[in-house]
Amino acid sequence: MGLELYLDLLSQPCRAVYIFAKKNRIPFELRAVNLLNCRVMLPNFLGEPVAPKTLTTTLAELEGILTLLEDKFLQDKAFLAGPHISVADLVAITELMHPVSAGCQIFESRPKLAAWRQRVEMVVGQDLFQEAHKVILQVKDRSPADSSTKQALMPRAQAMLQ
Amino acid sequence: MGLELYLDLLSQPCRAVYIFAKKNRIPFELRAVDLLKGEQVSKHFSKLNSLQKIPTLKDDDFVLTESTAILIYLSQKYHTDDHWYPAELQARARVHEYLGWHADFIRGTFGVMLWTKVLAPLIGTQVPEEKVCRNRTAIDEALDKLNARFLGNKPFLTGQQVTLADLMALEEMMQPFALGLDLYEGRPQLASWHKRVETFLGAELCEEAHRSIMSILEWNASKTIPTPAPEAHPNMLKRLSRIP
Repeated sequence: MGLELYLDLLSQPCRAVYIFAKKNRIPFELRAVNLLNCRVMLPNFLGEPVAPKTLTTTLAELEGILTLLEDKFLQDKAFLAGPHISVADLVAITELMHPVSAGCQIFESRPKLAAWRQRVEMVVGQDLFQEAHKVILQVKDRSPADSSTKQALMPRAQAMLQ
Repeated sequence: MGLELYLDLLSQPCRAVYIFAKKNRIPFELRAVDLLKGEQVSKHFSKLNSLQKIPTLKDDDFVLTESTAILIYLSQKYHTDDHWYPAELQARARVHEYLGWHADFIRGTFGVMLWTKVLAPLIGTQVPEEKVCRNRTAIDEALDKLNARFLGNKPFLTGQQVTLADLMALEEMMQPFALGLDLYEGRPQLASWHKRVETFLGAELCEEAHRSIMSILEWNASKTIPTPAPEAHPNMLKRLSRIP
């Protein structure tokens, strides 16, 4: 049977695993799993607005995390854990692409992080990087969910947005 | 200079590191960082670790944070018995599988009760009832998964022997346990697992490591816990706001 990877490229950790396997030419069967799940974009998908306070808090937290990433982990290094790419960079970049796909321009005001992103993309390979992020980058254009999907996702969404 | 471990035994990951080092007779200097006093946000400690978190390890010039990283580093450097962090590929993967899930579902969840019962009131605030309820549900759900998905019929979380996974899990369980929660009601398998891990570690070591957290309620009731320093408050309030 061999190696099977159950993934949805909407998910950050799934993308990290996908990119790692592809980049390292690890042979596997992709078993696509449909999740329909992400923190920032859910309200759009569900057609419900996010309370402004929640959004402000979330964005402020994101800012804090980005500063930490730059000042504590990246610093003056080429990659997060040293001069070479590691799984740390994969895990981080796939997480950061999430708010990017929601329209947060996190790299615009942070040249250090932007440069790091370029480096990661280059090592991973532009084609593979684009391929892994195709789903997430298109999710904004998805039309709102039908009422049964909304019903199923609503409790989870509400808990996450508290 | 040697190995220094910056710890406060009120903290679950600090206890895991402490117990691991002691059990394996790893020589180290204990550098106490008082969380209740807010020493982790002091200028002095921030110089060592700008993340203002403990446990922190300092091995000559090498400074390392994150309990998982510290435990793995110690296990490799001091060549501890294989069962802690097995060399065999799949056995090791299981440890990481547990630790990954632990980071999302146990960490942050099992520490809330200390905030609810002791830390929030210390700085004159409260965790809203709604969050307290949500936390209890989260604890229940996590325990069910711990039992069914990880422990199952095995003696330990990832197999036949104690690993870093069991140590990390045990110390998280101690937190609500010390705060009076009957975690294992209706969960005899988990109760047995808890006993089994403590037996392996040794009663004396467990008693020593758990003394601080086990006496927190009594200390709190005596109303003699000093109020955390003002510079610690913003951090504490931020931490409180992150309780879902």
